[in-house]
Order: sequence, then structure tokens, then C-alpha cells
Amino acid sequence: MIRSTLLIMAALSLALPRLVLAAPQSYFYPFVNPYEATVMELPSYLEVKLPDRIPSREFTVHPFPGRQIPEVFWYEDGLTCTLAYQNHKAPLIFVIAGTGSSHDSSRMVKLQKLFYQAGFHVISLTSPTHMDFIVNASGGLPGDSLGDAQDLYRIMELAYSQIRGEIEVSGFALAGYSLGAFNAAFVANLDEQRKVFNFQKVLLLNPPVSLIESVTALDQLLVENVPGGMNQFEVWFKNALLQMAAVSRQMGPVELSCDFLYGAYKRLPPKVENVAALIGLSFRMNSANLVFTADVMNGGGYVVPKPPRLTASSPLTGYALVSYNTRFLDYYNDLLAPSHLQQEPGLAREALLERMSLRHLGAYLKNTDKIGLVHNEDDIILGPGDIDYLLGVFGSRARIFPTGGHLGNLLHPEVAGFMVDFLRAKEHKL
Amino acid sequence: MSADGLRRLWAGVVLGGILLGGCSTAARMKDVNSTPPLRSYEQLVGSGRHLLEVDDSLEGFNRGSYRFNYYFDGFLFIPMVRGYEFVLPNYVQGRLSNAFDNVGEFGNLTNSLLQFKLKSAGITVGRFVVNSTVGIAGLWDPATAWGLRRQSRNLGQTLACYGAGSGSYLVLPILGPINVRDASGMLLDTAAASLVGPAALWSGNTVASIAYTGTSAVDKRHRVPFRYRQTGSPFEYELLRMLNSMMGESGVPD
Repeated sequence: MIRSTLLIMAALSLALPRLVLAAPQSYFYPFVNPYEATVMELPSYLEVKLPDRIPSREFTVHPFPGRQIPEVFWYEDGLTCTLAYQNHKAPLIFVIAGTGSSHDSSRMVKLQKLFYQAGFHVISLTSPTHMDFIVNASGGLPGDSLGDAQDLYRIMELAYSQIRGEIEVSGFALAGYSLGAFNAAFVANLDEQRKVFNFQKVLLLNPPVSLIESVTALDQLLVENVPGGMNQFEVWFKNALLQMAAVSRQMGPVELSCDFLYGAYKRLPPKVENVAALIGLSFRMNSANLVFTADVMNGGGYVVPKPPRLTASSPLTGYALVSYNTRFLDYYNDLLAPSHLQQEPGLAREALLERMSLRHLGAYLKNTDKIGLVHNEDDIILGPGDIDYLLGVFGSRARIFPTGGHLGNLLHPEVAGFMVDFLRAKEHKL
Repeated sequence: MSADGLRRLWAGVVLGGILLGGCSTAARMKDVNSTPPLRSYEQLVGSGRHLLEVDDSLEGFNRGSYRFNYYFDGFLFIPMVRGYEFVLPNYVQGRLSNAFDNVGEFGNLTNSLLQFKLKSAGITVGRFVVNSTVGIAGLWDPATAWGLRRQSRNLGQTLACYGAGSGSYLVLPILGPINVRDASGMLLDTAAASLVGPAALWSGNTVASIAYTGTSAVDKRHRVPFRYRQTGSPFEYELLRMLNSMMGESGVPD
């Protein structure tokens, strides 16, 4: 009797979560502050279920085999990508990482599992703003919408040709998050002319509308939220790191990765200005990596001497400090924009700025049924009016969630569900 | 290489480091044949010592070791760690980590005594007794559950207690980043443990000695989550150095 009661209770407790899940649910997201939402991971019981392990392997492409890699990047040798493969014929989706992220960052691994679970082969690509990409795969200065799209397209062609003998592909799709989504829109547009892949579906996850406005907003988060201003940066930073060291006893040794910083912050009493400054800092560090690497790869003169002449054992501390004191906006104004204005006579500064925005592709995005969008109303990289603009362009192909910050809700079952449904749908129904 | 050989190599490296400590390799070079950059250190970076600017008079040597360790990690250490993780169930890995920690209590005890932390010394003795008996040769750690928390103390801290400065930053082959003070401390700790500590039991037996040193090294690497290039930054060497120096100053055990 007791045993059967226990069995019934056990069965009920197992069935209960499924019943709850099966019921139509309203979108629930635990963080209402967009900065916290951006930094904090979803508790695992609120996250979509993903497989522990999937069949995957890394492979390396060399888009410029003759390129002499500067000695200071002695650890670089080709661009590494990840392939997750189905054992049957399936569509192949390329996924592009966000600012400064690599093909194997934790968010990319989760997206890879999500798309694999949805029945796709997946090729994960490092962001064109990441050091590894700039050294091995950038054709010029990184950060230009059209140039980055061309570089990415070249990598996609190479990557596909390298693995096509191993998998059976029924068609192609494309996705990206944050800057990777911005890149994906320009790559999709390029594919309309080049027609190598003829993407059937393209999914943009939390893209910026205007790249320059977004990077300015992110940088301001650091400048405006360090207590006492940027002159007090080192005091704040040291303090924050030491607090993290204290929590690291529970978490294991301190690392300087964004994942660790975020993880440690989850264990500290969150102060909103700290969280905002941390987001800004993480962006500034990514941008410093880009500035230094791009300058060395393009002959120097901006943050390193011209020519750079750096070796494997050159001290880089001074250059690191200069790079950390350089905003992406400075790089754009001092290096990227002048270089394009010089290369393309007749190009106006305003036209170049407009090209660094999704508005440049407005007509294309509006009339192309295969492109879908996921975004959040409170995403911190958007400016006033951007959500209305996106709704106007994407219409019913857009799914805008009320909360989630920048990418905080990416693996929420409802968000992930929309992504998978959109990619799988034969035709988009308007 | 035998365990003794390794120990001798470290001794040489550390002594070399101490002897060279006075020299400087002039961090900022002026190159007459190149144009200075638009954004320069002088113009952008305020005066005073910045967190990234850590005393690194052995930088040339250190970057060499760093590079050596990068390849050692990639070609040997990490594959060994993966093999270890693949072959042994998580449960067994945890037991081995405990056993190595239990042997390490010897160093915690001597250093607690040298630092006059009598309470720590008492706790450490208690832990060793409980874990060696109830915990069966240290494979389990019941002492922690009974409220006796591990008291990590090393000779580097002891030297700091007696006023020794941290000395230059030092990257050792295989062992990784440390400073000169902690390296000297570690060397003496290891020597003391193998002469009179529990490890003396098998120090006469070369095979056992190598097996112990090798497995404990793999166990140690397995427990450190750092992987080269995970920062995605060309300044990874500088970032690690800064972190190491900040953690050292704050007295937080690594």
C-alpha cells in the first residue's frame, strides 16, 4: 500500500513538470533590469533542454595561405571552426559569433547544440572582430560591414569545401547573434549576388541597428558607471577583481574571461552601476584586442610604431595600455573611415556611416521573406526608435520579447522555440 | 626525466631567476627606424604605475617559458589531462585529488607553525589524522564535513610573513606563473616534503616517485581551468601577469 502510494507520487512528480510545460505559457523572464538580464545566465530550469554531447569536430581553414603572420602572433596558424554533423542528409546552418567571440565560446556551443537538436549540420564561425579572424582571415581593416561580409563569405566557401565530402547537405541556412547577426544580414545580401549558398533561411538574433550608435552606447556604459569616473578606473577594477577572488573560492581559480567575470558577478550582491560598467569593460577589452591586432596586421602607425617590428618576446604592456584607452569610435574615426574614404573616391562620410547600419539594407530586409528577427524591447545596444524601425522592416517575421536585455533570454524555451520554428518552416506565412 | 631531475631543473631556474633579478631588460625599446604611432603611451596613459605594469625584470625569459608552456600544454599536458578524464570516472578523479591534498597537508602544517598560526596547525593535524584513517589514506575528506576546513599555507606566504618582497614575476617551465619569492618557497616546500614528509616513504623508489610526481602534476593541471588563448586577447601574457600579482598581494591562495 505504502509502496504503491509512493509510486503514484513519484509518477506524479515526474509528470507534473511536463504538464506545466505542455500548458500554454506566458513569457516569464526573471530579470527585469536589462543590465542584469544581459549579464546573468538563466537558471538552468528556465533554459531550453540541450544534449550534453553532440558529434562535432574542429577544423582549420587558411584563406590566405601565402600570408606572413607577424611573429608577435606566434600562436596563430589558420582560423579554426567547429562542425557539428548529423549522420543523415540535413540542411547546413552557418552561425556567426558576436563581437570578440570565437567559434567555441559558451554561447556558440549552446547555439550549436540547439540547431543540431533541430536537425541541422552546424558550422560555427569566429567573429570577424576576434583576433584569430583578423590575423588569419581579414582582407583589410575589420569592422566595415561590407568588408567583413566578404571575409565571412570567403571563409564559408572554404569551410564548406573542406567538409562537404563528410556530410550530406540538403540546403543552407544562416544565423548570427549581436554583431554576428548584423554580419549575417550583409552576408545574406552578398549571397543574393554570389549565389553560392542560396540561403533558405536567415535568422538575426539581437542585431544592432546602427553599429556606431551601439558601440558608442556600450562604451558609455563603462565611462559613465565607474564610480568617480575613469580616473578611478584602476581602483574600481582592483576592488571588483578582489571581490571576485573572494567568491572564486567557491568557483575555482580566477580567470580573465568574460564568462568568468559574469559568473563571479552572479555571486556578488549586484549593483546596477557595477554590472553596467562591467558590460562596458568587457566591450572595451574586446575592442582593444581588435585595435591592436588590426593595427599590427595593417602595418602599424596607430597604436604601434610603423612598421611594428614586434617579436614573440616583445613587451606589449605599453601597447596594451594604449589600446585599452582607445574606443572603437576612435578606431572608426581615425583609421577605418579615413581608409575607406581614401580607397573609394566619391564616398561621403555620411554614406559610409549609413553603410554601417542595417538601414543600408532596409529595402532588402523588408522584401525578403526568408529573413527572421529575434529581439528584446529592453536590449541595451538599441537606441530610441530602433524597435519600431525593426518592426516596420520585418513585420510578422520579427519576434520582440518585452525583457531579456542583450541576449540574456537567448536560450529561454520560448525564444529558442521561435528560432527553431522559423528555421524549420517550409514557407514563411505572413 | 626523473622526479629528482625535474626538481633540480626547477632549482636551477629559480636560482637563476634570483641571481638575474637585479638586471633589467629595458622594457620600452626605442626604434629609430620606425615612425611613432598616432596614439602614444606618453600622450594617452597617465603617469604612475598601472595595474598592468608589474615588475617583470625577467620578461625575456618569462615570455620564453610562457611560449614553452603553451606548446607543452597543447601537445602533452592537456591531451594527458583529457586521457585522465576519459579513463577515470569523475568519482575516482575526486578521490585522487583528495589523496594528493592529504599528502600536501604536511606543507600546510610546517608553514602554519612557521607563521605561528597555531589554530591552523591544529586543524591541519586534525584533518590529516581524520582523513588518513576515517577517510582511508586521504581518498575521502570527511574532515571538511566535520567543520575542519583545509588551511592552505605555503612557504611563499611564510616568507611574505617575515617581510620578503614578492620579487620579480616569474614564469616557470611547466609550472607556470609565480613570483621569485613563492618559487623559492615552493622549492623548499617540495624538498622538505620529499625529505621528511609523507612523500619520503617512496622517495627511495624511482618508479613510485615518478608515478607520484607525474600523476599529481596531471591532477593539478586537471583542477586548473585555465586554457591558453581563452581570453582571445593578444595581451594574454600581460593579463595573466596582472592577475597573478593582484592575487599575490591580496594574500588569496591560488
